[in-house]
Amino acid sequence: MLMKAKDMNRVLYIDLTKKDIKIEDRGDLFDAYLGGSGVAIKLLEEECRSGIDPLSADNPIIFAVGPLTALFPSASKTVAMFKSPLTGNLGESHCGGRSAMAIKLAGYGAIVLKGSSDIPIYLAIHGDEVKFGDASSIWGMDAVTVGRILREVEKGAGVRTIIRIGRAGERQVRYACAVCETYRHFGRLGLGAVMGSKKLKALIVSADKSVEIPKDKRKEYKKVYDEIHDVVVKTDAMEKYHDLGTSGKIYDLNKIGGMAYKNLKSASAPEEIARELSGENFAEMFLSRRVSCSHCPIGCVHLASLRELYEPGYYFKTTTISYDNEPIWATGFMLGMKSAEDCLMLIDAVDKVGMDVMSTGVILAWATEAYEKGIITMEHTDGLEFHWGDVNVYSEAITKIVEMPTEFYQNLAKGSEYASSVYGGQDYALAFGGNEMPEYHTGIACYLNNLTGARHSHLDSAGYDLDQKLIGKEFTIEEVVKELLKEEEWRQILSSLVVCFFARKVYSAEAITKALNAIGVENGTAEKLDDLGRDIHRAKMDFKFREGFNLSKLRIPKRIFEVPTPHGFLKEEDIRKGIEVYGEMIGR
Amino acid sequence: MAKKLAALDVNKCIGCMGCMFACSRRVGRGGFDKSAIGVRSAGGIERGFVIIVCRACENPPCTKVCPTGALRERKEGVGVILNEDKCIGCGFCAQSCILGAIFWDNEKNKPIVCKYCGECEDYCVHNAIGMVEIKTGA
Repeated sequence: MLMKAKDMNRVLYIDLTKKDIKIEDRGDLFDAYLGGSGVAIKLLEEECRSGIDPLSADNPIIFAVGPLTALFPSASKTVAMFKSPLTGNLGESHCGGRSAMAIKLAGYGAIVLKGSSDIPIYLAIHGDEVKFGDASSIWGMDAVTVGRILREVEKGAGVRTIIRIGRAGERQVRYACAVCETYRHFGRLGLGAVMGSKKLKALIVSADKSVEIPKDKRKEYKKVYDEIHDVVVKTDAMEKYHDLGTSGKIYDLNKIGGMAYKNLKSASAPEEIARELSGENFAEMFLSRRVSCSHCPIGCVHLASLRELYEPGYYFKTTTISYDNEPIWATGFMLGMKSAEDCLMLIDAVDKVGMDVMSTGVILAWATEAYEKGIITMEHTDGLEFHWGDVNVYSEAITKIVEMPTEFYQNLAKGSEYASSVYGGQDYALAFGGNEMPEYHTGIACYLNNLTGARHSHLDSAGYDLDQKLIGKEFTIEEVVKELLKEEEWRQILSSLVVCFFARKVYSAEAITKALNAIGVENGTAEKLDDLGRDIHRAKMDFKFREGFNLSKLRIPKRIFEVPTPHGFLKEEDIRKGIEVYGEMIGR
Repeated sequence: MAKKLAALDVNKCIGCMGCMFACSRRVGRGGFDKSAIGVRSAGGIERGFVIIVCRACENPPCTKVCPTGALRERKEGVGVILNEDKCIGCGFCAQSCILGAIFWDNEKNKPIVCKYCGECEDYCVHNAIGMVEIKTGA
C-alpha cells in the first residue's frame, strides 16, 4: 500500500482498557517537532497528567519514529516515552532492531498506548489492522520464548518487530526493559515495568506500506541518499562499530583508569581481567555473527555463541547472546567476573528475565558491597552469599529480584536509590537522578552528564567523551556545562529524526536539511534546528520538573570522590557548582 | 555476457535490508513493496539470514506455467522477463517458484521479478550479494 508523506503523521491511539483504537492525523506535531523525541514529549504532555502513578493505567506509553525512517540509512531508532517508575519523572528509551522500520511502514509516525488491560494481552498491528490477542498462555514466559511463539502465530515474517517483556516486566521490577528482536532492548528507566502494569506482554508491528517520493523529488532524493550512504560507510563509524562493536573501547577505557570496577572501589580492573573482558577477546572467543538494525549498513550488533556442558553425558547447549560495551561492563567489571564466559552467562540471565543490564549490575554491586560491610546479611538475601565474581550467586539473585521472595528483593527491584535509602550504604549506591550509573569514571563531565541529563543516561550529552577529549587541557566548569548542554540539545534533533547516535557524524545540520528537503518535508535552516533542539530539551526538562525533579536535591554518592579519575580526584563543590551553572543556563 | 544477481555469501549478510530498500527506491518508493529481493532471518536472527532472489534458472518453471506468455525467458538465454500488458495476475508463476523469488505487487496484482539491473549490489557494503556473469548454453 502506498503512503504519501503526510500519511507519516498518523498517530495510532490504542486504549488497552476499552480495547479500542483510533487514528488521528497529527501533522501539527510532526511539522513542528519532526518526530521521535520531539513528537513523543508533546504526546506525553498531552497524555500524562501531573503526578500520576507510573505503574497505573494513567501512564501512557508512546512509541515514535521520524521523517527519515525507512527513507535514509541509520534513521533506525524508535523512541519510547512514558513516566519512569524508576526515577518518577521522564522515561525515555531508544531501541533499534526492526522497530522503527516496522512502525513507519505499518503507516504510523507514532503509537500511543493508554489504559490497562484486565487480562494479559498482546497487540498485533499489521498495518491498519489492530488485533488484541489473549496473552494468558504466554504470561510468565521469558522474553526469548515469547518471541519464538509469536513469530509462529503472527504474520509479517521479515518485516516486523516483536517488542515484549519477560518476567521482570510482569513483576514490575522498576528497571525492567522491553526486548525487541531478541537481541535489542528499550533498556533504561523501566518501560518493561510499565508494559507489565498494563498486562501488555508484547506488541507486534508489521509493515505493509511504502512511502512515495514525489515525482519531482526523486532525482534529488536518490542523489542525497547516495551522498549520505557514502558517508555512513566511509566514516570511522563502520570500522568502529562493525569490527569489534561497542565493546572495542573497553580495554582502552580501563587502561586510562576511567572504568568503574567492583562498585567503583577502583577505576580500572587488573590487566589480566581487562584483557579477558576486552572486545578483542569476546570477538576471538565467542563472536558468531554481526547483524544490523533495519536500513543501517553498519551492523554493530554482535552476537556471541556460548557452548556449555550443562549435564554430564555430553548434554551440551549452545546459546546466542548479544553483547555490547555496557552489558560487559555491568556484569563483568562491576561484579568482578573473572571470565568472559561468566560474563556472557550473566548477560543471558538478565536478558531472559528482561531487565536493564546496567541497572542490574550496579544494584547487585551495591548489594555485594553492602553485604561485605555487614549492613546486609544472609537473612536479607534469602541465603545467598554475595561476593565478587560468583556467577551462580548472581544468577540466583537475578531470579530472586524478579520473584521477590523477601522484602529485601522487593526493595532491590525498586532500584539502588531506593534500596540504599532503606538499608543505608548511600555513599556507594551509584545512582544519579535515580538511575544507575554507566561505566564511566572519566572526570567531571561524565558525572554532570549523569546528574543533569534528561534521561540520566550517558548518551544524553556524552560527558564521558568530553572528559576524554579534555585530558591534559585547561578548562572551566562553565565551559564543560556549556558544552554538555549544547551536545544534549543537538542530540534532541538526532533523536527526533530517530537517527542512531552511531551515525551522528553523518547527520550534520547541512545533511539533515538536505535529506528533509529531498523527501519534501518542509523545514528550516541549520539555525532553526538548533532552536528546535533547545525547545525539545526544555520541554523534556519541563516534564521532569513538573514531576518533582529538583537540581538542588540531587544526591551525589561519596564514592565518586574517593577514587581518582584520569583528571585526578573530583570535588563535590565543583560538581555542585556545575549543577548550579546548568540550572542557570536552562533558567531553573 | 549476460549477468544476473546472486547471493554470493549469505554468511556475510547482516540483515540490514539495504538491498530491499534499494530495489524499491528505483521507482521512488521508501519501503519494499516493489522489491524483487527479500531478506529474512532463517528462523531467528542467530541462525543468520535467507536471501531470496531470482537465480535465473535454466528451464524456469515460472515461464512454463504462465498461461498468457507474459512471463518468458530472456533472449540472452537465461533469466525471465515480464510483459505486464499480457499478464492477467493469475499468480501461477509465484506458486511455481519454490524459492519464493517471484514477489507480488499488490497494487497492480502482478508479479515482481528481478531485472538483474544490479542496483541493489551497490548498497550491499558487506558483499553478500553481487552481479555475476552467466554462461549460456553450458
